[in-house]
Amino acid sequence: MRTLTKKNLLILGSILLTFALVQVLVLVGILDSFYEITIATICINIILAVSLNLVTGFTGQFSLGHAGFMSIGAYVCAIISMRIGTVGGFLLGLLAGALAATVVGILIGIPTLRLKGDYLAIATLGMAEIIRVVFLNLEITNGAAGLNGIPRYANWLWLYFFTVMAIVIINNFLKSSPGRACIAIREDEIAAESMGINTTKYKVIAFAVGAFFAGLAGGLYASYFYFLKPDLFGFMKSVDILVIVVLGGLGSLTGSVIAAILLGLITTFLQSFTAVRMIVYAVLLVVIMIFRPQGLMGSKEINDLLKFRFGKKEEKIE
Amino acid sequence: MDQFLQQIVNGISLGSIYALIALGYTMIYGIIKLINFAHGDIYMIGAYIGFAVTTYTNLGFFPALIIAMAGCTVLGVTIEKIAYRPLRNASRIAVLITAIGMSFFLEYTMMFFVGAEVRSYPMILSKKTFNFGDILINIQQIYIVLTAVALMILLQFIVHKTKTGKAMRAVSVDKEAAQLMGINVNTTISFTFAIGSAFAGAAGVLVGIYYNSIDPLMGMMPGLKAFVAAVFGGIGNIPGAMIGGLGIGIMETLISGYGNSMYRDAAVFALLIIILIVKPTGLLGKNTREKV
Repeated sequence: MRTLTKKNLLILGSILLTFALVQVLVLVGILDSFYEITIATICINIILAVSLNLVTGFTGQFSLGHAGFMSIGAYVCAIISMRIGTVGGFLLGLLAGALAATVVGILIGIPTLRLKGDYLAIATLGMAEIIRVVFLNLEITNGAAGLNGIPRYANWLWLYFFTVMAIVIINNFLKSSPGRACIAIREDEIAAESMGINTTKYKVIAFAVGAFFAGLAGGLYASYFYFLKPDLFGFMKSVDILVIVVLGGLGSLTGSVIAAILLGLITTFLQSFTAVRMIVYAVLLVVIMIFRPQGLMGSKEINDLLKFRFGKKEEKIE
Repeated sequence: MDQFLQQIVNGISLGSIYALIALGYTMIYGIIKLINFAHGDIYMIGAYIGFAVTTYTNLGFFPALIIAMAGCTVLGVTIEKIAYRPLRNASRIAVLITAIGMSFFLEYTMMFFVGAEVRSYPMILSKKTFNFGDILINIQQIYIVLTAVALMILLQFIVHKTKTGKAMRAVSVDKEAAQLMGINVNTTISFTFAIGSAFAGAAGVLVGIYYNSIDPLMGMMPGLKAFVAAVFGGIGNIPGAMIGGLGIGIMETLISGYGNSMYRDAAVFALLIIILIVKPTGLLGKNTREKV
């Protein structure tokens, strides 16, 4: 098996190029600290959206509780990195947070993933609310006041690294056998089951991978913004993530990335109009859904679009 | 024992409010399979209409209630026409996102116009209380329960004894078949939204009286809890929503009264998850067979 194919080199090249471009813009000073926050938010939102897309877009399991997993990752990472104040502590916290979210994801997934459609959505929503209330009442999380002064190790480099990692891992997962099983479940659960796919198992796997990356994003959030309170991870946060996923297109990783960037820019742009910000956001949401209910990308990836263009040319050459 | 009964009394009055909201949820879900997230915000707007009417025009409880219901009816039907009707054949998740968008729109438009601060509701009912042994029941609670019961009886009448009600039931069973029988599906759906929104408006006024404070984001939590109530009773089932609402209300007051009120919301959702796992169709829901 060749790993250094032309395609992979192209991908690697564009990853490094994007990084270099943003890095140069930051160093030159065109992107000041205000925009850096926007970029950080976009990175975290990409991880969240891509992981939720795996659950909702590719496996077809409608989850409204992604913020719950994010909050687990955030709190675990914050607590560990506050005890161990080194980069190692931060990375350990990230990993521990993501794993904690995975464990909770599996524990919750096994009973609730038997449910379908709206019932699952409501069950996951309830689960996220329970997690929030628990954090609100625990001693170690400092209740409603929240945690302050979390050591800030997450920077643009780490954020970019983990964002790329999340996209690559989830993309590769989808191309693997379990990933194909997940897509089969979305297309038709009964047909998938009769083809011998253990639907519960693959649903739980997708849920666990989704929870892992949500936890990771939470840890990065905690470290970058060095302040946490349970209210940050309410129902609204889950909805925010879902909006990115649906806007980008269910079943399109490219779409999730584009939508996360687009919404991040819109939010930053509207920052100066605080009063009408949410109104514009809401109207935009409704209008996009009415005129393009399948989302910006539908279920197409960037490769599909490129193939379409190049495909025609190649025919001519042949 | 007296304290227990007192909590039950409080729970019934809170539960009747939840039941009124849950009815709208369950009817709309029953007919177009949409979790109408904007429903909780229609209830918020009902509360504000009631507030405006009683503060600026000196009208009493019943005119305020009726005006709020009428206002919410118009609002609900308009929302359905503008936002949900173009998506009748789109995927359900797209409609759901639209509903969430509508919910944000109502919340933040209200915030833009009336400000984010909490307002206290005018006293439109006397504070008189009755003692039954050691149990206190005040006039407000009596009004709340009586209004809720009257509206529910009215709803039962509409759904089971009128032609429109029959059409509603028919559309919720099978949209295409209903259309073939000459039922105007769009009108029927609009009518369902009208009734559901009117009930939410009534609940808004009642909750303003009960809690004595309103703010633009007040619809979120009760909206979700009312949905839990609807699922608890069996979604799409009207008596189920009533029982679910009362159940959730009583449970909440009992937890606040005896345990830690911080865990009140968590308990509601924990109950939801347990119900969904043990009996996904809810208490009174019908079992539907999965067909290929």
